[in-house]
Amino acid sequence: MITRRHLLGTAGAGAAFVGANLAFATFDQAAAEIANIDAGLPDGTRGEAAMERLPGKQPLIKLTYRPPNYEAPIDYFKTPITPNDKFFVRYHLANIPEKIDAKTWKLVVGGDGANGTAEFTLADLKKLPAVEVVAVNQCSGNRRGLFLPHVAGVEWGNGAMGCARWKGAKLKDILVKAGVKPEAVEIVVDGADGPVLDKTPDFVKSIPVAKAMEDTTIVAYEMNGAPLPHLNGFPARLVVPGWTGTYWMKHLVSIRAVTKPFEGFWMKSAYRIPIGKFPGARFASQESIGPNTPITEMMVNSLITTPSEGSKIKSGKTAVSGIAWDGGAGIKSVEVSADGGKTWQAAKLGKDLGKFAFRPWSADLSIGKGAQKIMARATNAAGQGQTTELIQNPAGYHHNLYSSVAVTGA
Amino acid sequence: MRYTLIGAIMLGLAMPALANEKPIQLKKADGLDKVEGNCAACHSLDYIQMNSPFPSAATWDAEVTKMIKVFGAPIDEADAKAIGDYLKKNYGS
Repeated sequence: MITRRHLLGTAGAGAAFVGANLAFATFDQAAAEIANIDAGLPDGTRGEAAMERLPGKQPLIKLTYRPPNYEAPIDYFKTPITPNDKFFVRYHLANIPEKIDAKTWKLVVGGDGANGTAEFTLADLKKLPAVEVVAVNQCSGNRRGLFLPHVAGVEWGNGAMGCARWKGAKLKDILVKAGVKPEAVEIVVDGADGPVLDKTPDFVKSIPVAKAMEDTTIVAYEMNGAPLPHLNGFPARLVVPGWTGTYWMKHLVSIRAVTKPFEGFWMKSAYRIPIGKFPGARFASQESIGPNTPITEMMVNSLITTPSEGSKIKSGKTAVSGIAWDGGAGIKSVEVSADGGKTWQAAKLGKDLGKFAFRPWSADLSIGKGAQKIMARATNAAGQGQTTELIQNPAGYHHNLYSSVAVTGA
Repeated sequence: MRYTLIGAIMLGLAMPALANEKPIQLKKADGLDKVEGNCAACHSLDYIQMNSPFPSAATWDAEVTKMIKVFGAPIDEADAKAIGDYLKKNYGS
């Protein structure tokens, strides 16, 4: 059997490669893999990751088939809105409904922190006042694969994120219909997907009531003007702008207001970070039931999208561009360096799509001859920036080192 | 949400979530049959390749224990040991 590692090692033999993989003969898979699979990932990841297509999607970088974990190559971030068919896919557990019928789908709302219960069809949700928000959905573990030393988990490169215009009903309006009580502390959300084994903890999450009541926390039924792709949570998912993707429950079917901290595995044990190492909102009610504190807001971060890693460019003035984002304070400035961080200059910020969105930026940099390291660093309106040294934490969350690409000037 | 699929698990069937899943060929060595027979019920085996070769022996042991104790994988002690040994030897640091 020909292994992926073997193919990567013989990428020059393009014709033989395409012949061996007829299903993917429509694009240059080998070239795409070399360009897109980050050199900093574990060797095993680099050996098995591959550009592959999921139903309804453009080629994404497959990390695992089941549950499906596919990230976007850096090229897909050249626009501040990520198209639906280029949006990454992430599941924790492999029992995923193949299809959900929007006509019979129901969202059930209740819990001991509510006076009653309420049920919503998709049509009911659409009757509530609609809110639109452009927001980044980024996996807590985006860039985990670039941690050194490596830590176990899904070994993401740069692309476990995307930014979309989400439209939906306010979670607040939904909770009010079920009569949420003042003593509710958390809102618990569950989706239609679940574990293969009955004994495996179902993926269930909670957010603080205060975050749930914000006007931009919505149950979204539209993504970039279209229904959500199935693999991004059709027909409706929770959108928690500023907070990492773990809270953005897909295929949402249940919402419960609760008067005690929710103790499920995915809150109590997983998705936790050391207290005091990162800025970001504290999830106080959860701190009484488990170690440390749950991950919440995204860190300030940036990504250079042009030029690409390893490219050969003409020395002299070169256009450098990319995106920056944070947990909702909004990006205030981006600086770039042509000399590996010795000197910095301001980049020009592009269109502002809102404080939760990717902020495009660009700059003309003077590139010397030979090996060069282009870097970028962003600062948000709260004065927070990116880091020069990794902030180690057991699960490899919140990677926000300055971004860099190595190029050769000719 | 939960579904009871124990029947399929007992038959040892791998259940692709999506039709595009391709077979994963792990290194042929002692214990591979136990890995394929137990681990693949809940997740594709590329999870193992992806998480390599950096894990220490202790890390692989902890992963196997987590799958049993936290995720409820019905793996008996002998198989768990064979799986742990296989991972440490073939996908460890």
